[in-house]
Amino acid sequence: MHVRRFIASFAALAVAVTAGAAPLRAADPPEVVIGAVLPLTGSLSQTGSGLRASMQLAADLVNGHVSYPLPMVGKSGLPHLGHARIRLVFADSQGKPDQARAAAEQLITQDHAVALIGTYASSTTATASQAAERASIPFLNPDSSAPGLTARGLKWFFRTTPHDGTFAENFFQFLADLKKTKNISVKRVAVVGEDGLFGSGASDAEEAGVKKYGYDLATRVSYPATTTEVNAEVQRVKTAAPDVIMQASYVPDALLFMRGYKQQGVNVKAILAQDAGFIDPNFLKAIGGDAEGVFTREVFSLDIKHRNQAVPLIDQLFRQRSDGAKPLDGNTARDFMGVLVLADAIDRAGSTKPDAIRDALTKTDIPGKLTLMPWNRIHFDATGQNDGGVGIIEQLQDGKYETVWPFDVAVRPVIWPMPAWKH
Amino acid sequence: MEALATFEQLLAGGLLAGLVFALVAVGLTLVYGVMDVVNFAHGEFLMLAMYATLGLALIGIGPLLGLPLVAIALFLFGIVIYRLFIRRLLAGPPEATVFGTFGLLVLLQGVAQAFFTGDFRSVPDPPFQATIRFGGVALSQATLIEGFGALVLTGALFAFVEYTETGRAMRAVAEDRVAATLMGIDVQRVNLLAFGIGAACVGAAGALLMLSFPVFPTAGASFALTAFVVVALGGFGSIQGALVAALLVGLLEVFGGYYLAPELKMVPVYFAYLAIVLLRPQGLLGRR
Repeated sequence: MHVRRFIASFAALAVAVTAGAAPLRAADPPEVVIGAVLPLTGSLSQTGSGLRASMQLAADLVNGHVSYPLPMVGKSGLPHLGHARIRLVFADSQGKPDQARAAAEQLITQDHAVALIGTYASSTTATASQAAERASIPFLNPDSSAPGLTARGLKWFFRTTPHDGTFAENFFQFLADLKKTKNISVKRVAVVGEDGLFGSGASDAEEAGVKKYGYDLATRVSYPATTTEVNAEVQRVKTAAPDVIMQASYVPDALLFMRGYKQQGVNVKAILAQDAGFIDPNFLKAIGGDAEGVFTREVFSLDIKHRNQAVPLIDQLFRQRSDGAKPLDGNTARDFMGVLVLADAIDRAGSTKPDAIRDALTKTDIPGKLTLMPWNRIHFDATGQNDGGVGIIEQLQDGKYETVWPFDVAVRPVIWPMPAWKH
Repeated sequence: MEALATFEQLLAGGLLAGLVFALVAVGLTLVYGVMDVVNFAHGEFLMLAMYATLGLALIGIGPLLGLPLVAIALFLFGIVIYRLFIRRLLAGPPEATVFGTFGLLVLLQGVAQAFFTGDFRSVPDPPFQATIRFGGVALSQATLIEGFGALVLTGALFAFVEYTETGRAMRAVAEDRVAATLMGIDVQRVNLLAFGIGAACVGAAGALLMLSFPVFPTAGASFALTAFVVVALGGFGSIQGALVAALLVGLLEVFGGYYLAPELKMVPVYFAYLAIVLLRPQGLLGRR
């Protein structure tokens, strides 16, 4: 009796839903599904949830009608596809390579994503993009920096962010720009880095730059990241008497080195750091005024508002959506841009066919001024790497990292040389 | 001339680095000597001591003032861990203490990660950051204080074990557990005290290390690894052996790093360790 009534009402409900849904769907503009692979659980989940919020914000702005100086934003969907709306479907990589591949496969086969985006960690991007390659689906990577990802000869892989090699290259462009504008002279470069994947990758790229741009390699110091003393390392740098030190370190070792340089009176014109330890708030607190004048590379800064006024607006919108009202940072800004780049390509393709989207991606050309980033432009080379990517260089001035390069987004002039140690 | 100045600087830096290693190793060697237990969670005790020092610093008690408090806190923590945990492990087969203390290592790191997150933290405005000069040799005041602390701690522990009644009881237990029991020594109590004092030593070490290092959940691990080498090199259970071995390790590491290559600086250290294990298994100053 109860059962029969339940079945009857269920049937009525089902009829109502399907009857109602059919005309609704016809009236709605069609949908384009983009699959996003992100670390939503596991040790990277905090980062992952921020990235998810920034991607969703980008999709909502593409579907909305408020205009900003950004590509594809405010046109109520994709104009060339009858204002089709973008729908992001998220899948969890857990920060693990095998899981990332499974997530990508699921997005392709079950959710029928026309393109994929993700995945933050280089190791998970490597596997997820292979799944896309096998299925011949375009994969856009906005946020992984291992140089090797675009050296795999993949046909369907595109990366908007500059990689670690580019950041090293930027140090040399920065030195060249300073030579032009301030007539500085730098000859000897010391390359110092921890001997893990991060430090040795950065040091390799810097050493290559030293040779390419005609500097002298004063010394290369590679040390174990877990070391508890750097007596020998600092002496090696001191003996080599460099003009400039390029350094890749985590927090404890960055502290050891900076204190060692001070103690031993290692005075150089500049220390150019690969962010990591040098931008950690604890490093700045513990080192006090002793790091004044240190340079670091960064991928993004809110100072870019001087070039694109959308930066503070998007930052505001993002704060409303992120856990703990976090500001827009290098990772979330890059993932936000990634969604816009895909939307732009799908719209220009005027089709959801993978081939057409891939073709459109290869013809992408978005001027740097229409991005949130310090980049020159977004344009992919034959390997799928954005060849318009640039990092920014910041200098610690009055206890705060201030953007000093590229000059068109700089908020402070460069202080060169950095102050000598006071004893 | 310049080469000589570099040599002097490396010598002083190496000896001082060695004293810091001794600071961490001395508690470990005491526990081993008395109880025959290698406490794999020794580095995590150090990490907890560093967090305790940080906590005190945040309420205005600096590392040096906080040192006795942290040492007492770690002594009590050691007693609790011994009662709850080590005592039971000792009743099992010898491997039980290896796996048990290793499990404790994993647990303590996990707990620290959950409570304190993986962030690096230093005491606010770390004191004693000045450089002290002796001729051409420049040393950090903080490291000098750490080195001095190591000498005091080693000396005090040595005197305690050699010249006090309890110390003699500890040596008796170390030499022959059964005979000691027959002589009326309460082995459980001696074990408990040794474990507590070992923990107090690492508490003092943690307080001093906060002068120059940040703390994070795996901060103890890098020190502990060297401490194990030091203890084995010096002779398991030998306090003066640990000091000599620590100085040797400091010198090998620094000179190896400079004259060989920084990435190879641990090679001479482990080579010396292997040589000792092969030629003199009881360690430099250990008894067979």
